[in-house]
Amino acid sequence: MSAGHHHALYLPGDTPVHRLPPQCKLIAAMGFAVAVVATPREAWGAFGVDVLLLAVVAAVARIPPALVLRRMVVEVPFVLFAVAIPFIGLGERIEVLGVSLSLPGLWAAWNILAKATLGVVASILLAATTEPRMMLLGAERLRLPALLVQIAMFMLRYMSVILDQARRMRIARESRGFVARDIRQAPVLARSAGALFIRSYERGERVHLAMLSRGYTGQMPVIDDLPASWRQWSAAAVLPALALTTAVVARSLV
Amino acid sequence: MTPGSDSGTAVSLQVSGLAYAYPDGTQALFGVDLTITRGERVALLGPNGAGKTTLVMHLNGILTAGHGTVEVAGLPVRADTLREIRRRVGLVFQDPDDQLFMPTVREDVAFGPANLGVRGADLERRVTHALDRVGMLEAANRPPHHLSFGQRRRVAVATVLAMEPEILVLDEPSSNLDPASRRELAQILKNLDVTVLMVTHDLPYALELCERSLILSRGVIAADGATRSLLADDELLAAHRLELPYGFAPSAHPR
Repeated sequence: MSAGHHHALYLPGDTPVHRLPPQCKLIAAMGFAVAVVATPREAWGAFGVDVLLLAVVAAVARIPPALVLRRMVVEVPFVLFAVAIPFIGLGERIEVLGVSLSLPGLWAAWNILAKATLGVVASILLAATTEPRMMLLGAERLRLPALLVQIAMFMLRYMSVILDQARRMRIARESRGFVARDIRQAPVLARSAGALFIRSYERGERVHLAMLSRGYTGQMPVIDDLPASWRQWSAAAVLPALALTTAVVARSLV
Repeated sequence: MTPGSDSGTAVSLQVSGLAYAYPDGTQALFGVDLTITRGERVALLGPNGAGKTTLVMHLNGILTAGHGTVEVAGLPVRADTLREIRRRVGLVFQDPDDQLFMPTVREDVAFGPANLGVRGADLERRVTHALDRVGMLEAANRPPHHLSFGQRRRVAVATVLAMEPEILVLDEPSSNLDPASRRELAQILKNLDVTVLMVTHDLPYALELCERSLILSRGVIAADGATRSLLADDELLAAHRLELPYGFAPSAHPR
């Protein structure tokens, strides 16, 4: 049932990027995204520099380019949206291969595509070098709302338990001759979903009791201290700092 | 503190006149009295719906008594003593997936003591010791959902041992275990030097592990005595919907 001993997105390794404390990497990825968004869309060269920066990070972390490209599929819905803009956009129009396109639309599409792609690649690199569990510990260390972090933690832990339960329910349905052919079978599936929800809810209550029994008072205790030295912070700061410099230089040139 | 049953030894758990009705009016317990002295291993037997789980929920204050008292090593279960009570009473739930909620085994075992304020090397020592006692030390850094059911149950015991409880309360410890896991868990429980209250309807398991048994039936303690003699009393068992497995004779199993 469970797919290997690591999360699907994580690529085990022992590189300087893997070793950085998660809170540093989270801030670095976010800082990079902000810097990219602040870059003017006319500055083609600046985006080239950003791509180069990410390529260096990927090389240091030994993440194969093919893997990054494959995972960029998550961006496809945005791409479709961006491609539509030049056709439906207003304003000045130009002819490309006999098709009339909106000039502001083209700029907007490029802006979305370039910035989203850079952001997506940065988060792919973050996910590939940081275990989900560590990511949550990092988020906790960054004082993100404790309740949200705990919810994410429980999702991580119980996802496979709930999927397993859903799979058993499906097998039990099918063993009794159920086949989902068309809309008429929807009520059965809806009831199954309802039953799964109730079961998960009840499990939530039991887990809460188990937590209370071991002295839970509303706050997760700090079990692992995740110290980050200023050297680690400054190592992580290199990426956003360079991206920000690029953005500032590009702004002054445009 | 009330004196122990006869020899004056320390009392781990004292329940007197405990009655409880659920909010919907269903009365589950009708005045339960029991005393367990330190170091004893006692089985609480009873059919489904006898009120076993309800009783267990009172032992660490998850449910609060409608009537009567629960005392753990002399400390009454009250709102202001809950923290200490929950340290003293280690509850092992029936479904280890309910008990193990942290991303790794090590963090899960550390959860209890960390809530009590234990940190650093001291915490590490407690975790290592507890996992070692259940033979799961090498699984420390694995996520709980990658362990077998039997291993998860053992880790669940460790999560409670790490809190160094006065009394270990196990809810159906043998349920869903294959024979080998069942034997391994029995071995572990036998070697622990803590007071154990084991809630079960697995009578051979009670005979193997516990000198003394209580029968909880229709919300009261219906019998209290040596496990062997209780299990030899066919009429008593039949009256409380308890049954030995086919072909099992307690007399054929010397201790």
